[in-house]
Amino acid sequence: MTLVLSAPEVATKLESHFPDSIVESREESLVVKSESLLDIASFLKAAPEYDFNYLTHITAIDYNSYFEVVYQLTSTVHNNSLVMKVRIDERNNPVMPSMVNLWRGADFQEREIYDLFGIEFEGHPNLKRIFLWEGFPGYPLRKG
Amino acid sequence: MPIKTEPFIINMGPQHPSTHGVFRMRVTLDGEVVTDIEPVIGYLHRGIEKLAEGRTYKQDIPLCDRLDYVCSMTNDLAYCMTVEKLAGVLVPERAEYIRVIMAELQRIVNHLIAVGAFINDLGAFVTPFMYMFREREKIVDLFEMVSGQRLLYNYMRFGGVSHDLPEEFLPALKKFIDKMPGFIEEYDQLLAENEIVLARAKGVGILSRDLALDISASGPVLRASGVDWDIRKADPYSIYDSFAFDIPTGNAGDSYDRYWVRMQEIRQSVRIIKQAIKQVPAGKVCTPVPLRLRPPAGEAYARIESPKGELGFYLVSDNSPKPYRFHIRAPSLINLTALRDMIVGWKLADAIIIFGSIDVTMAEVDR
Repeated sequence: MTLVLSAPEVATKLESHFPDSIVESREESLVVKSESLLDIASFLKAAPEYDFNYLTHITAIDYNSYFEVVYQLTSTVHNNSLVMKVRIDERNNPVMPSMVNLWRGADFQEREIYDLFGIEFEGHPNLKRIFLWEGFPGYPLRKG
Repeated sequence: MPIKTEPFIINMGPQHPSTHGVFRMRVTLDGEVVTDIEPVIGYLHRGIEKLAEGRTYKQDIPLCDRLDYVCSMTNDLAYCMTVEKLAGVLVPERAEYIRVIMAELQRIVNHLIAVGAFINDLGAFVTPFMYMFREREKIVDLFEMVSGQRLLYNYMRFGGVSHDLPEEFLPALKKFIDKMPGFIEEYDQLLAENEIVLARAKGVGILSRDLALDISASGPVLRASGVDWDIRKADPYSIYDSFAFDIPTGNAGDSYDRYWVRMQEIRQSVRIIKQAIKQVPAGKVCTPVPLRLRPPAGEAYARIESPKGELGFYLVSDNSPKPYRFHIRAPSLINLTALRDMIVGWKLADAIIIFGSIDVTMAEVDR
C-alpha cells in the first residue's frame, strides 16, 4: 500500500532546511512558496529518506482569486507519496519555475497547463501550446 | 569528392494507417536515419476536462468512456473510484468482484489490440489483427451481455455497477477463460520466436530504466524497462490484494520487451479472472447514491493500473452537483514524453514500430 506521507511532518523537516518556505500544511497536502519550490523539490528528490524519483502528475486549478498548481510525487523505492502545491496570486501573467530539469515527466504536462490555464513555466525547454493552436484566444480552463 | 547532403524534413500523419489515430510527427531525416522528431498532438482535443465541469458527476461517466475508447471499462472504474473516494461511498463485495472481472477482461482486449496493431506496424498487414479480433469479439460479446453496449459500456456506477450479471454470463465467461490459454499459446507460436518480429523489434527503441522513471512512464512501458511497479500490487485498490498474480517485467526496455510484457500480462489476467469466478459472492451490486450527488467540498485523487498505465482522476468538489475541476492523469500522453529519445538514431521504418510499441490511444492523449 502506498503510504501517503503526513504533510505537517514533512513540513517540519523542510522548515529546518529551508526556513520560511512553507505557506500551509494540511493533513493531506503541503503548500509551498513559489520561490522555494525548486529547492524543495530538488531536496525531496535527492534526500535518501524521501527519494521521490517519480512525478505522478501535475495539474492546476483556478480558484478565481488564485491559481493552485498541484504536484503529486511518488517514491517507487519507499512506496510513499506526497502532494505538494503552489499558489499564484498573479492572474495577468502567472509565472512558475519549471520542473523539467528534475523530472522530465513534467514536460508535456507543463505544456498542457500553459495551454489551458496560461501559466508560464520558467526554464521549460519547449514551452508552447500542446492541444490548441498558437493564437487561440484565451485559456479554456480558467474560470470566469 | 563528397556528395553534399541536406537534412530532409517530412511530415507523417495525422492521417496515416500506422499512427493509431490522429498522431502527427515532424521527422528530420539524414538519408533514412531519423535525426530529430517532434510530436504534434491535439487533433482529437475535445476539451473533455472542460466539458466535464458543466455536467453532473453522473453525467460525466459516459464522457470517461470516450477517453480511451479501447478501454471504456477501466476509464469508468477509475472515475467512479475517485468519486467514491470524494463522497465516501462504499462498494458491495460482489460489485468489486464484477469490477475486477471487467477490468481484467478489458486488459486482455487492450493488449490484444496493442499487439495486433504492433505486428501490423511490423508489416504483417491485417492478418494478426484477424487472430486478435477473434478473441476480442468473444470478450465484447460478454461486455454486451452485461451492459448492452459493444464499445462504450457505461457500466460502472458510483457505489458499484449498473446491473447484476445476467444468469448466462458466468458460464460463458468460464468457457471463454478455459479456452484462452490455448489461444495465447497459438499467438506465441506465431510471434514469440518469429524471425521478422525478432529482427525488427529486438533492441529497437530502447527506453532505459532511469529514463522510464524520469519521464513518469507507467504500465507495460515502464515494466518492460525493468521497473517492478504495478498499482495493483504497489497500491492495491478494489480487491486486488485477494488474488495471486505476478508482475511480468522486461529488462532490455526495447520494443520486443514491451510486446512480451503485454503477452505475459494477458496470462496473468486470465489467472486473476479464474480466481475471481470461483470467489464471486452473492449480494447487492450497487450502493444507492443520490442522482444529483453533491460530494463534500474537497479534493481526491484515485488511480488504477489501466491497461496502458497509471490512469488517475483528480477531482475538486465545491459541494455542488458538478465537479469544480476534473483532471485526468492520462498514461497515453505521459508515456509519449520520451518518444524523441527512443526514435532518434533509428530508421524511419523503425519509428513506426517504436511508436506502435508504446501503445497509445489518441483520444486519451488529446482528451
